[in-house]
Amino acid sequence: MKRTRIVRNVSLGVENLLLHKLRSFLTMLGVVFGVGSVVAMLSVGEGASQEALEQIRKLGSNNILISSIKPTEENANSTNPSFMSIYGLTYADQNRIDTGFRDIRRSVPVKAMRKDSRLGGRSLELRVVGTTSAWFDVVPRQVVAGRVLLPRDQTHRSPVAVLTEFGARKLLATEGTIGQSFRIGGDTFEIVGIVRSESGQAGSIQVPDQEVDVYIPIEVAQSYFGDVFTKRSSGTFIRERVELHQIIVEVDRTEAVEAVASGIGTMLKRFHKKADYIISIPLALLQEAEATKRRFNIVLGSIAGISLLVGGIGIMNIMLASVTERTREIGIRRAIGAKKMQILVQFLIETVVLSTVGGLIGLGIGVLIPFLITYFSGMPTVITLSGILLPISISLTIGLIFGIYPATRAAGVDPIVALRHE
Amino acid sequence: MKPSEADLSEWIRLDQARKSYRMGGQQVHALAGVSVSFSRGDFWAIMGPSGSGKSTLMNVLGCLDRLTSGKYLLDGRDVSRLSDDVRSEIRLRRIGFIFQSFHLIPQLTVQRNIELPLHYLGWDEEKSSVRARELAERVGLSERLHHRPAELSGGQMQRVAIARALANDPQIIVADEPTGNLDTTTGAQILELLAQLHRQGKTILMVTHEPDIAKHAEKRLYMVDGKIDWDRSMAP
Ligand SMILES: Nc1ncnc2c1ncn2[C@@H]1O[C@H](COP(=O)(O)OP(=O)(O)OP(=O)(O)O)[C@@H](O)[C@H]1O
Ligand SMILES: [Mg+2]
Repeated sequence: MKRTRIVRNVSLGVENLLLHKLRSFLTMLGVVFGVGSVVAMLSVGEGASQEALEQIRKLGSNNILISSIKPTEENANSTNPSFMSIYGLTYADQNRIDTGFRDIRRSVPVKAMRKDSRLGGRSLELRVVGTTSAWFDVVPRQVVAGRVLLPRDQTHRSPVAVLTEFGARKLLATEGTIGQSFRIGGDTFEIVGIVRSESGQAGSIQVPDQEVDVYIPIEVAQSYFGDVFTKRSSGTFIRERVELHQIIVEVDRTEAVEAVASGIGTMLKRFHKKADYIISIPLALLQEAEATKRRFNIVLGSIAGISLLVGGIGIMNIMLASVTERTREIGIRRAIGAKKMQILVQFLIETVVLSTVGGLIGLGIGVLIPFLITYFSGMPTVITLSGILLPISISLTIGLIFGIYPATRAAGVDPIVALRHE
Repeated sequence: MKPSEADLSEWIRLDQARKSYRMGGQQVHALAGVSVSFSRGDFWAIMGPSGSGKSTLMNVLGCLDRLTSGKYLLDGRDVSRLSDDVRSEIRLRRIGFIFQSFHLIPQLTVQRNIELPLHYLGWDEEKSSVRARELAERVGLSERLHHRPAELSGGQMQRVAIARALANDPQIIVADEPTGNLDTTTGAQILELLAQLHRQGKTILMVTHEPDIAKHAEKRLYMVDGKIDWDRSMAP
């Protein structure tokens, strides 16, 4: 009984608003655009933050990446052709990390080099990484064919190679290639597997397998190719001795990541006179991404708040004019026996209907815009349930808040004065 | 307190009723001490020069306006002390208003205008619609249910207003110059409707300037300067 009464009151309100279609439509435009922009901005923000989270997930939120970098002052001396710059992480460093810290689940050494390779008639330069079987636990990727590196490859020093998708593409290797031999530098390796590879970047940190074509056991890499690399750079040869290019450390617990990272930092500082390494923590990026999202939400919230405020004031303004225009109607209704509260509810319902319908139209626009953004710019957008419910409840609330004043004015109209009103 | 046989004459009673307005430091007495009682089923014509307080009296009797001082007893209950909501309730259940300028709601159809009191009485749509048709037929407007007031003549509009005033089956009909905006013939038709209601037992309080109209009422009240001029009034 009570519900049908509300439905009836709402339908009477809608009927009355439909009498002035253009005016009602113009009145709700503020809320339409307010809600539309909220929905659109929320979905763009959500899309960006989910993309960032996805990148960080690829990097591993429990990982610490320690990379060798060439100290800047070294470059100045490289005019001497017999000069060899020695820098970067060492086997000893990894040993110290493995033995010196609790909370570390495993660490993975990475030795990166470029080698001319040949498979069948194809010959080209590959990006080779010497590492251990633990790599595939820390950087888990789907195995497309064959297998990954195993601990026995290390103990037997087997000349085996696992291709990434990038490498497989370069060599035109397929499933059928598994078991075949190919050459890396002057040595023969057996292709034992192909794994999927990912690329991407979060902040300044690259996904570890972004620039890898082939994995081989690190012991094999060391004994076959040594630690000295010759790079050709603008006509001159640069000789470098780098033991490890990267160490990836996986920590047991997310909460311990920061402590372990700073411990490793202190330890490395003791053994390295030059700043020839850099420690990056994907988790820090996560925190950074969250802070960015918070800032974004505050800015977004203020813009949305202002536009909805303007929308609400617009509705209130028109409703106040409507109360004045309908003074006589109010007087008539009161003379017939309508209570103040019933007049209040009548006008409040009209305002809420206006703002809610405006909110729904705005929602439609707000859903369409992210769709278009994704379609035309490829930027990811995500519409969440809360991204829909929040603006709707906001527009309903706007109607209530900005409807109260005009409705109270309507209820307060003196029927005697109103009936004289022409 | 229910009216007994003995105090039937006391059904509606004003006792030293005053209504004053302050206009730029000057007191205007729209009602300057009116004491009168109306019995159930009476048909009164209220006359008097412009500004004598007739409309004010009607608004007070219709529970729309409050007295500045004095008493208004309806069924022995002092209406002037009641809250706004209770007076609204009395208007809704017991009183029907008819105005000189019809006072229909322009954006509503004839049917919706007639249904208005039923809406506030909480009737459902179907029942209201049946009742509205019945009333429209009674005032001879069945053909105009879906028209808007602007499409009607003055006489037709006043008939809609009468149908609306009857929707809640009121005991008292308060009519402030119901024929004031109508020509003589149409006015006579409206008056015939009121006379019919009177025959059905309704109490009718009607303001009019025209003696021709007033003579159809059984009793007459003549007001001058917010007071009743009993010499010119006629209460048989
Ligand atoms: N809201 C008001 N404020 C100030 N004075 C008022 C108000 N309403 C009525 N009056 C004054 O009260 C007096 C009686 O007014 P009322 O409308 O009752 O007269 P009336 O007899 O109905 O006149 P008419 O025949 O012209 O309709 C007038 O002097 C009028 O100016
Ligand atoms: Mg008057």
